[in-house]
Amino acid sequence: MLSLRIAIRFLRSGHGQTVLVILGIGVAVSAQIFIGLLISSLQLTLIDRTIGRSPQITITSNTSNVYFKEWPSIAIRTQTTGLIKDLGVCASGNAIIEHNNKTIPILFRGMDANAFNRIYKVGPAIYQGQWTTSANEVLVGRELKDDLDYRLGDNLVMQTADGKTGTYKIVGFYDLGTASLNKTWVISSLATTQEFFGYGKGVTSLEITVDQLFQADVIAAQIKNVLNNNNLTVDNWKAQNQELLSGLQGQSTSSLMIQIFIIVSVVIAIASILAITVFQKSRQLGILKAMGIKDRAASLIFIFEGLILGFLGSIMGVFLGILLLYGFSYGTTRPGQPALINITIDYKFIALSWGISILAGVLAALIPARRSLRLNPIDVIREG
Amino acid sequence: MTDIIELNQVDKIYPGVGGTQVLSGIALKFRAGSFNSIVGQSGSGKTTLLNIIGTLDQPSHGEVLIDGKRTNLMSRDQLAELRNQTIGFIFQFHFLLPEFTALENVLMPYRIKQNHLPKEILKRANDLFEMVGIAQVKNNLATRMSGGQQQRTAIIRALINNPKIVLADEPSGNLDTLNTEGIYKTFRDVNREFGTTFIIVTHDRRIAEQTDRIVEIQDGKIKLDIQR
Repeated sequence: MLSLRIAIRFLRSGHGQTVLVILGIGVAVSAQIFIGLLISSLQLTLIDRTIGRSPQITITSNTSNVYFKEWPSIAIRTQTTGLIKDLGVCASGNAIIEHNNKTIPILFRGMDANAFNRIYKVGPAIYQGQWTTSANEVLVGRELKDDLDYRLGDNLVMQTADGKTGTYKIVGFYDLGTASLNKTWVISSLATTQEFFGYGKGVTSLEITVDQLFQADVIAAQIKNVLNNNNLTVDNWKAQNQELLSGLQGQSTSSLMIQIFIIVSVVIAIASILAITVFQKSRQLGILKAMGIKDRAASLIFIFEGLILGFLGSIMGVFLGILLLYGFSYGTTRPGQPALINITIDYKFIALSWGISILAGVLAALIPARRSLRLNPIDVIREG
Repeated sequence: MTDIIELNQVDKIYPGVGGTQVLSGIALKFRAGSFNSIVGQSGSGKTTLLNIIGTLDQPSHGEVLIDGKRTNLMSRDQLAELRNQTIGFIFQFHFLLPEFTALENVLMPYRIKQNHLPKEILKRANDLFEMVGIAQVKNNLATRMSGGQQQRTAIIRALINNPKIVLADEPSGNLDTLNTEGIYKTFRDVNREFGTTFIIVTHDRRIAEQTDRIVEIQDGKIKLDIQR
């Protein structure tokens, strides 16, 4: 195609300028890719470290009886939705600890050790001691330990509101990264708490994780539908964390705005460069028009120039943006500590950004392409 | 022989305060296959006349017919097609594209016409390069040639589509006497072999005297029209 051939030759003949334009587009696109991926990685890291380390859906009783024994059938029916990742049953209750002249309210939580590990990632959070899951053994959080000055092997004595007392051996200390949990949760096996609170084989909640975190409300509604039981409440993290959700949405919106501004600047940059090119190549355009090139083909030269510049600039931008992201992650990670963000490369986002940048190049080229239509060959011929 | 070019009462006035009349009441006909020259002093309007014949410029009044078609009724695309397929231009300043080689410049009018380049066109281009004696520089960029080589490349470019009309504006301006002779011999050969109509604008009477018809322009009007 002649227009493409001429466009390539024009770009090659002014290679210094072409390289600069590609660099300019590349840097702008890299900023867009960097910011987009950084924000999405940050969000995913934040979600993983908050919502991702707790159940996204919980099923509890809404009757005066806090525990329910028909949980095996509820669990089976919940599984039939096919939308859940993990399910654990928990028997919890409120109690108080009196120790060293202090009285502290706690939540005594019993759960199958494997489920605790999968849903709350308790295993990796134990920084001292270990969890043997034997009866009458408990794990205590960092803040509670510090507050009451516990040591491994100490006995922890707790009491329920109706006066029932239990004594448990402390076998480990954990840090879930949230002070309120570390201070209030005392963790033990399911059988231990069932026995202490007198639930028999009953549990107080079914705790569920899902793969699609942001679909938790929809999945919760489906579970509620499947269970069809008015005595049960199906709650989800989105309903419980409105502020976090709006924070995440605000972050997404601001990220989108920044990206839109960058794309607009890319369009303006390409358009102004190509407008200069039309001016620079007006002599050549005049000659081509005198030789009979049609207006459409003449305009296509600039469209192709925009397409090529957008294509090459955005390829460079994508690689540069990803490189920047890894550089950022490397630069902000302190030795011996987990990375500030877990990098997630969203290929759909990259493909979309790439496509938009190319489109921006073509859009930007429309302005000079229209200008080229107005160029009259006689003006060039007369000038000599 | 039929008329391939016809100008009826063509005026050209450049806008401005009072307007500058460059051509006034030009009525001319050129027969197909004829070999003509337009002479006149600098500023007499001969280049403007050539540009109007070549549809690059439009007359202020009057009409121009090329190959029987009224050019004032044609669209921009139709005019472009007419210039590409019917007319070959040789300008005073060669007007080659500096980004392309001599051969690529020569093939440009053909590529504008159609994308596919047949072998016979490439052969024709090579033969023409041989004929005007610059085959050794055909792969040079246009900027890497002497003025004479550039002008001869522009001449081959004008001939590549085998146009019915060749319009040449001072084509030998950059050439020495020997080369000038060679160029006019080439024009004559093409004129005889293909029946191409030539209109050559020149201020050199010696060149004009070698053509079959001399039209002299003075102050935008036809002063003399000598047919031999």
